[in-house]
Amino acid sequence: MNTFGYKIMSPRTIDFDQFDGRLLNEILEKEPSFRTCLSCGGCTATCNAGTLIDFNVRKLNLLLRRGEIVSLAREIDKCMLCGKCMLVCPRGINLRNVIMLLKKGACRLSECKGQTGVDTL
Amino acid sequence: METPPSFTLPFIIGLLVIISFLIVVSTIWIVGLSKTDKIRIIKGFPSQKTLGAVRETFTEALLHRKIFRKNPRLGYMHMSLAFGWFLLIVAGHLEAIVHYRTLAFPFWKSIFFRFAEQAPATGFTARFFAAVTDFLLLFILSGVVLAYYKRFNSRLFGMKKTTQMKAGDKIALAALWLIFPLRLAAESITAGLHHNGSFLTQPAGNLLASAFPLQPVEETVWWAYSVSLGVFFTAMPLSRYMHIPVEVLLIFLRKYGIRLKKGVNTYTRIQVFSCSRCGICLDSCQMNQANIRNSQSVYVLKQIRGRRLKDDQLFNCLLCGRCQKDCPVGLDLNDLRITQRIASTREYNSSYDYLKNGPSPRTEVIYFAGCMTHLTPGIKKSMQQLLNYAGVNFWFMDEQKAPCCGRPLIQVGQYEAAKKLIRNNTEKILLSGAKTLVVSCPICYKVFREDYTLPGVTVMHHSQYLLELVNQGRLPVFSLPGKAVYHDPCELGRGSGIYNQPRELLGNYISLIKTPHEKENAFCCGGSLSNTRITMEERDQIRDKVLEEFQSFHPDHLVTACPLCKKTFTKGTDIRAYDLAEIVWKGVSHSKTIPKRSSLPEAAIPLGLQPGKPSGISIPSLP
Repeated sequence: MNTFGYKIMSPRTIDFDQFDGRLLNEILEKEPSFRTCLSCGGCTATCNAGTLIDFNVRKLNLLLRRGEIVSLAREIDKCMLCGKCMLVCPRGINLRNVIMLLKKGACRLSECKGQTGVDTL
Repeated sequence: METPPSFTLPFIIGLLVIISFLIVVSTIWIVGLSKTDKIRIIKGFPSQKTLGAVRETFTEALLHRKIFRKNPRLGYMHMSLAFGWFLLIVAGHLEAIVHYRTLAFPFWKSIFFRFAEQAPATGFTARFFAAVTDFLLLFILSGVVLAYYKRFNSRLFGMKKTTQMKAGDKIALAALWLIFPLRLAAESITAGLHHNGSFLTQPAGNLLASAFPLQPVEETVWWAYSVSLGVFFTAMPLSRYMHIPVEVLLIFLRKYGIRLKKGVNTYTRIQVFSCSRCGICLDSCQMNQANIRNSQSVYVLKQIRGRRLKDDQLFNCLLCGRCQKDCPVGLDLNDLRITQRIASTREYNSSYDYLKNGPSPRTEVIYFAGCMTHLTPGIKKSMQQLLNYAGVNFWFMDEQKAPCCGRPLIQVGQYEAAKKLIRNNTEKILLSGAKTLVVSCPICYKVFREDYTLPGVTVMHHSQYLLELVNQGRLPVFSLPGKAVYHDPCELGRGSGIYNQPRELLGNYISLIKTPHEKENAFCCGGSLSNTRITMEERDQIRDKVLEEFQSFHPDHLVTACPLCKKTFTKGTDIRAYDLAEIVWKGVSHSKTIPKRSSLPEAAIPLGLQPGKPSGISIPSLP
């Protein structure tokens, strides 16, 4: 990768040559309403799990678009599927479907076995 | 032994196929049941439950009482075919027994009796049986005619839609439609030749005899009758007509107390095979309003049976339970779907290992608002004010932070994940020593009642608890102006069977308009969390249709008992939607002046609120 002479800390690097868009494309195809997210953060503000632990629904979008599937799977595991995010969303995004598709997709890509689907990642 | 005529061969082969198939599958199914379920069968068999099952088999599998209630014409069609055919078989056997004066006559003779015994009926008994079998044939044929007609005009039978069929169904259906006309033709021809018919077959036979020579076609028509029987029996395992024998098995197992578990087992197969694909569930489904037409229960059951179920169909359902209430076979359609969802999502249940046991203050009463109530703060506030007014010492369990109740997870099949939340909440509730758990949300109410083990704790929906407070005189009653329609939430009504307490409570505060869409016939608001596939636009279409129905009664208010229903309705109507707690608080606050906080007993101040801090209580005004 050309760094143009700048120093970049490698753990913070996102290499778009190795971008993994499989999950993103699947979600956008199966739940097209997800395209309309404007990152307002209403979902995160109302989130039930967010009151108990550091969990940011809006960030899922960011992780997905960066193709960071491992971190995404770890994040998604915290969701309790209560549906508040979906009800406050100003764009009417079907977030519970997005979460379920993400869980399934992350599980499939990591060939998860067993109960949690995250331990094996 | 006398060799049967060659034309009986297709019938005999068909009968052997279906009997051996039934023996094999029912053995597999019963062996596959859990050990407890097998003990239930063994214990239930010598008890009164067997008699009850026999009675239910008679009323439902033969008389089809439930379909009669839905639509008498449809009921008559099913009854004439099922009960008529059953009686025809019984009468045919009795006729043969009386004729041969023995039980040991060749089996085929009772089915093809008119061919086997061609001598004209003499004596009262023989003439009586000939007339009875003719009458029964006429009875069945009337049903067959209705069935032909239903294919072309299902609306006559109160059904807007009929199910789409697959190849096996079509073959079996064609055979079934031919059996009885062919029997009439065969018996008439034999009657025309040998004068052994009765009031139906004899005149028909005479008519045919005058038209053309009958001798050359007689055996061919008997062949055709036998082939149609044989084809029907052979196609049965591949078709929806498997429900005829399997429904009887289901009725017995259900009477012995066997229920669906949170997982797929052979009882699932028995339920799925019992579905007759009558299509009654299609009409009750509100998804039609949103033009979703492939995920109704009948199609999902068909896919489960063929092991071809896709997530898109499985998850596109509101789980409102309207189809389950209408199902003439009484299948557990909601639980069948949830068990499939559990199987479909088994591999990625969350662990929630971040959950901690928080402090639980000692209290008598816990108030659990639920996630949805936090999105409709009017309900939460009304409840706090009402509980304070009545001097209830309560702990607002999820005021700041608490895990979800777990029901939304169960609805999409994440049962293992839900168990983690259930365990965490259970510990907190039991630690507080509470005797009563009041919940504002029917979704929470259902899971607290069904999936939590809370010894010594009474779980109450706020409608029940507020009614109790009113009956104890702790809340005053007051008649508010205007009329209201009460909407039964799915999870509270059909889901938990609570219809009367909310009405009784509301009756103290507002006059209610009766509508045909209430109690078990209530609509779903369209907001259900059970459906993950439906889009917001489709939800709005369902909601708008419901509101249109309600608006035709010109209510001043729309009252419900579920925060999610309230939220869904609020977005779609000019009529204000209320939760019943809000109505009760309006009534209470109008009935008397509210006592000042300082005059309340110390115990009445909820633990969540610090004394001295302004609580934001205000008297709401009527619109």
